[in-house]
Amino acid sequence: MTYSYFPGCTLKTKGKDLDIWGRASMEALGVTLEELPQWQCCGAVYPQAKDEIAAKLSSVRALASARDLGQDLVTLCSACHHVIKRVNRDMAQDEYIRTRANNYLNLETPYTGETKVLHYLEVLRDAVGFDKLKEQVKKPLTGRKIGAYYGCLLLRPSKELEFDDPENPTIIEDFIRALGAEPVVYAMRNECCGGYTTLENKPYAARQAGKVLENAANCGAEEVITACPLCMYNLKENGGGRLPVRYFTELLAEALGVKEAEA
Amino acid sequence: MSDMTEIVKRISGVNPRKCMKCGKCSGACPAYDEMDYHPHQFVDMVENGRLEELMNSRGIYMCLSCFACLERCPRSVEPSKLIEAVRLAVVRQQGKNHLNPEQIPELLDEELPQQAITSAFRKYRK
Amino acid sequence: MQKIGVFVCWCGSNIAATVDVQAVSDALAKEPGVVFSTNYQYMCSQAGQDMIQEKIREFGLTGVVVCSCSPRMHETTFRKTCEKAGLNPYMVEIANIREQCSWIHKDKETGTEKAIILGRAAIAKVQLNAPLTAGQSPVVKRALVIGGGIAGIQTALDIADAGFPVDIVETKPTIGGKMTQIDKTFPTLDCAACILTPKMVDAAQNENINILSYSEVEAVKGFVGNFSVTIRRKARFVDETKCTGCGLCTEKCPQKKVPNEFNLGLDNRRAIYIPFAQAVPKVATIDPNYCTMLKTGKCGVCSKVCTAGAIDYQQKDELIEREYGAIVAATGFNPISMDKFDEFAYSQSPDVVTSLEFERLMNAAGPTGGTLLRPSDGTHPHTLVFVQCVGSRCDGGEKGKPYCSKICCMYTAKHAMLTREKYPDTDVYVFYIDVRTPGKNFDEFYRRAVEEYGVHYIKGMVGKVVPENGKLKVQASDLLGGQQLHIDADMVVLAAAIEPDKSARPLATMLTASMDTNDFFTEAHPKLRPVESPTAGVFLSGACQGPKDIPETVAQAGAAASKVIGLLVKDHLTCNPCVASSNEMMCNGCSACEKVCPYGAITYIDKDFRGPNRTTLRRRVAQVNPAVCQGCGACTVACPSGAMDLKGFSNAQIMAEVDAICK
Repeated sequence: MTYSYFPGCTLKTKGKDLDIWGRASMEALGVTLEELPQWQCCGAVYPQAKDEIAAKLSSVRALASARDLGQDLVTLCSACHHVIKRVNRDMAQDEYIRTRANNYLNLETPYTGETKVLHYLEVLRDAVGFDKLKEQVKKPLTGRKIGAYYGCLLLRPSKELEFDDPENPTIIEDFIRALGAEPVVYAMRNECCGGYTTLENKPYAARQAGKVLENAANCGAEEVITACPLCMYNLKENGGGRLPVRYFTELLAEALGVKEAEA
Repeated sequence: MSDMTEIVKRISGVNPRKCMKCGKCSGACPAYDEMDYHPHQFVDMVENGRLEELMNSRGIYMCLSCFACLERCPRSVEPSKLIEAVRLAVVRQQGKNHLNPEQIPELLDEELPQQAITSAFRKYRK
Repeated sequence: MQKIGVFVCWCGSNIAATVDVQAVSDALAKEPGVVFSTNYQYMCSQAGQDMIQEKIREFGLTGVVVCSCSPRMHETTFRKTCEKAGLNPYMVEIANIREQCSWIHKDKETGTEKAIILGRAAIAKVQLNAPLTAGQSPVVKRALVIGGGIAGIQTALDIADAGFPVDIVETKPTIGGKMTQIDKTFPTLDCAACILTPKMVDAAQNENINILSYSEVEAVKGFVGNFSVTIRRKARFVDETKCTGCGLCTEKCPQKKVPNEFNLGLDNRRAIYIPFAQAVPKVATIDPNYCTMLKTGKCGVCSKVCTAGAIDYQQKDELIEREYGAIVAATGFNPISMDKFDEFAYSQSPDVVTSLEFERLMNAAGPTGGTLLRPSDGTHPHTLVFVQCVGSRCDGGEKGKPYCSKICCMYTAKHAMLTREKYPDTDVYVFYIDVRTPGKNFDEFYRRAVEEYGVHYIKGMVGKVVPENGKLKVQASDLLGGQQLHIDADMVVLAAAIEPDKSARPLATMLTASMDTNDFFTEAHPKLRPVESPTAGVFLSGACQGPKDIPETVAQAGAAASKVIGLLVKDHLTCNPCVASSNEMMCNGCSACEKVCPYGAITYIDKDFRGPNRTTLRRRVAQVNPAVCQGCGACTVACPSGAMDLKGFSNAQIMAEVDAICK
């Protein structure tokens, strides 16, 4: 299995752990992630306004480049996934946006939403399979109580992301179970961490992140995992240190025995 | 201002008349207490042509774009799209950028991920 | 050539304001075959009808065209008028120049032109009309009621009281339906069981009523007055005639971990069970999904303890076939699943319950014996939050229903009031979008909840429920107070939308009864025929037609019964003579018509035809049973060789109309 892979800006800098352990684990699982050549920023936020075309173009470039390689496009960062998946949907379904974006880009073959966008977790669930993953686990995380933190961007809007039940998601819990640990379900797992208001209004971001960790801890979680570098920052730096927060790929690498080998 | 209201409705794709005034958006909003006008008021005030008050409000920079209001709205009104459109109506004006590059250095810390700055730039200025 | 009279109606100003009626009658007078043409202010009035009869006699008319309102309105009227003057009623045609012309046009010139065209088409059709005579079919004097809730029980009781036998088919082991699970009823707060169980007993003891519990309708054939229904009597592994309902088996059965559907899974029952104390019939049933004996062949405890020898592990499903004159759908409703609404944490905390679960938690026969306790830890709740409109009034899509479920405002007021009355130490919040309480003494009831019982009614909606440390953190908007509320609640009660029972859709297909997009049965007319389905002989009772409370259900159940009685008192029904017939010379026996016929009216026979040189050819040809055919015309369209035709609406007649319009 070979996929095109879009890491995004943060995974090359502050979010290296998400990327490194993600790649190493997939390799161990026999899945090849080929980094897209000369990828650009995903756009960082999905522009909701219909007339914002320019901000979507860099996502379209990534999508078209995966299409040209004939590969599905795998993302790992929640924000990148959110933006690329939604832009892809626009290119497939919104005539207005598709026409204008293609006019700007003037690609050899106009892009019309052909690429399939998959989140890393979806590859684990659907291509590898959580059952198969379980068999590959070398060091089961037995006895660890882990809270999945989904945040907003992976789940909403559910009609467009088509990722999981937006109010009662299970994919990360199933992932945790496959690694041999015990998932802890808590209601704040799909509420916002405070997002980029950390720049604008740090005390507020701190309150919001604190509520998330408080709820996870009170429901019995001893650690929390996430797929988003911004969530990681808010929970870790603003969250009051109530619980350790890790990227889910780091946990995966640990269970697969990859992390130990490299360390 | 009425032209502007039409533009806000058009670029957001929101039809405020679909709203049944249940307030679930404002019940779901995690940033409620940070905003001077709340998600349900955005819908009501756009419908009633009170765009100027919204454009002058601080709330447009407090919205997290977490899409909780959009997801939980029983009538698919999707207030978050309206809030973003109002914010765009402001920052697209000459000299109305909410965030300037000079402000960035003091906002940085060792761990702040790039995406936070990029996102804020995309959201807060044109 | 027919001798045709044309009668153009003004309908006061309804037609005359937009259509020049004089021009219409003048123009139509020139059509071939028209010997008389006039216009009049109200053709349906006695004077108008007298004029038509007079002109039939005076001119010896053989056909009549009335240009007026829709045939739905007055076709029958004018047919009767003409029949009294000696004309065959099927020689009358209506040109609809009101609904399809004057009401939708503003310009008089256009309206007049169109009215003339419509009149001309009707004249062209009458030229080809032939007198038709309606036949008669007998009526089987027995009714079937599908569903044994309060709707079905009331309908059955009323039909039985009029002296007709009636069968109730109920899929559950007992009749009684949802009302058996309800604690108290609004707005009088009388106990639901106290008013329902006597009716259940009445039904059981009425000699005209036959209860087929634990049974399902499998197939329906036939037509009004003559339905033939196949009913599956599911194996309950207990002989109904022997079981005394002593309940010993239900105490001794070792399989104790079966979720008890009567208490919505809030407690457990045994694998052999009687749903509740007042069940009718009071007979035990073995649940084959949990019975150890049926699954592994090892156990047999119930059989050993049963002194009546009623247990029969070998029992099989049984199919019975019965004839009925009328069928009543009374399949009821269910609360929708809360799976898609986990912002309220229904799947995360046992203390978040639906309103129907709350009924069981308040009920003396419920899992807590009537003491309100939290399902999670059995403690007494102090703060309760009720959320209205969960899944109602949504804009479609897979999440929620577009309609108002109608009963929730009142039962929530009831729950809030009862909680405050029984437990004065509680704080009770109700989050509402609108409080809808039309109904006798309904708004007064709601006001009492607020004013006398101090229930906090808050205009706004809950946006998130977070279970934490034994509390339910409720985040909600308070729109009138202009704030976001955060309440630490002990219980949250969700007023889940209601939807038609899942059995309704396949049943509607069997009955060829129509449904709306929400799977509620459609009535024949939303105002004037609310308890009849558009399919003759099929009637509607209770919430299967739309959300209803108990008083409305009982009223509709009675109305449905009166319609059934009106049908069953007749010895014969007049058939519609506009039925299909097959031209055997053209039929090639392809079965296309048989496949599309929704009534099973078409069969095939092998028939001998004379061939060339004195030979005989045997051919397969279609035959229509005119008593079964409803004249829908599907076969005439499907027939590839044009052998099928519909009397009164023949292909030639339709083409003549089209030609007249295009002329």
